[in-house]
Amino acid sequence: MIDCKHNTELLSQSYDRPITLRERIAMRMHLMMCRGCRNFEKQLTFLRKAARELPRKL
Amino acid sequence: MSDIDPEELQGHRSHLIRYAMLQLRDPNLAEDVVQETLVAAIESRAKFAAQSSPRTWLVGILKHKIIDLLRKRAREPQLNVAEGEDENELVDALFKENGHWADPPQTWNAPEQSLENAHFWNVFEQCNQRMPLNTARAFMMREFMEMSTDEICQELGISTTNCWVILHRARLALRECLDMNWFGNAR
Ligand SMILES: [Zn+2]
Repeated sequence: MIDCKHNTELLSQSYDRPITLRERIAMRMHLMMCRGCRNFEKQLTFLRKAARELPRKL
Repeated sequence: MSDIDPEELQGHRSHLIRYAMLQLRDPNLAEDVVQETLVAAIESRAKFAAQSSPRTWLVGILKHKIIDLLRKRAREPQLNVAEGEDENELVDALFKENGHWADPPQTWNAPEQSLENAHFWNVFEQCNQRMPLNTARAFMMREFMEMSTDEICQELGISTTNCWVILHRARLALRECLDMNWFGNAR
């Protein structure tokens, strides 16, 4: 079972490279049991959205 | 054919400068790329006139100018960003020895609404400026310029793995900063 530190690394990398099936399963397993990482995942999605809207908003 | 109204161009200027500053953090360089952008816009004024969103179009030109500039500078070794901008401290502070969150992220309240709030963008900008230069630059190449990780590694002259690490730290840092300064989860 991966820990939060490793899980956040994988979540972040899923925005930068294709994630393997094994990694995806490990992340899902962790997320099922960890509310902190679930919040982190949502916030990562938000960060990307915000960053990509920035040129229109500044 | 209509000419570009200089006042209209000026109206975009401060916006473009702000955007360039985020990436370059150097007022003179930012001024230069924005100037080049405006000149390019004037040179293709027919296209400018046809834009439904001139600002988006101008930002598109500006992005290319910034990338060109960063490329040029990457080739000049004395201007390379110092190695070892050490952000391990941040990661160490966020996680306990056993790899669990020291302080697990809390829910953010109505984040979508923040996108419509001008003050949110000031905080977002400040949080970006707080990141070490190399980190912020990689993050902006990835998220604002929408460059691929491979391109970024090449431009910054770092390994792919290092690139992932830097991007991850950038997201952790930005998340933490917004959490404390905008979403009100100050500790
Ligand atoms: Zn977790």
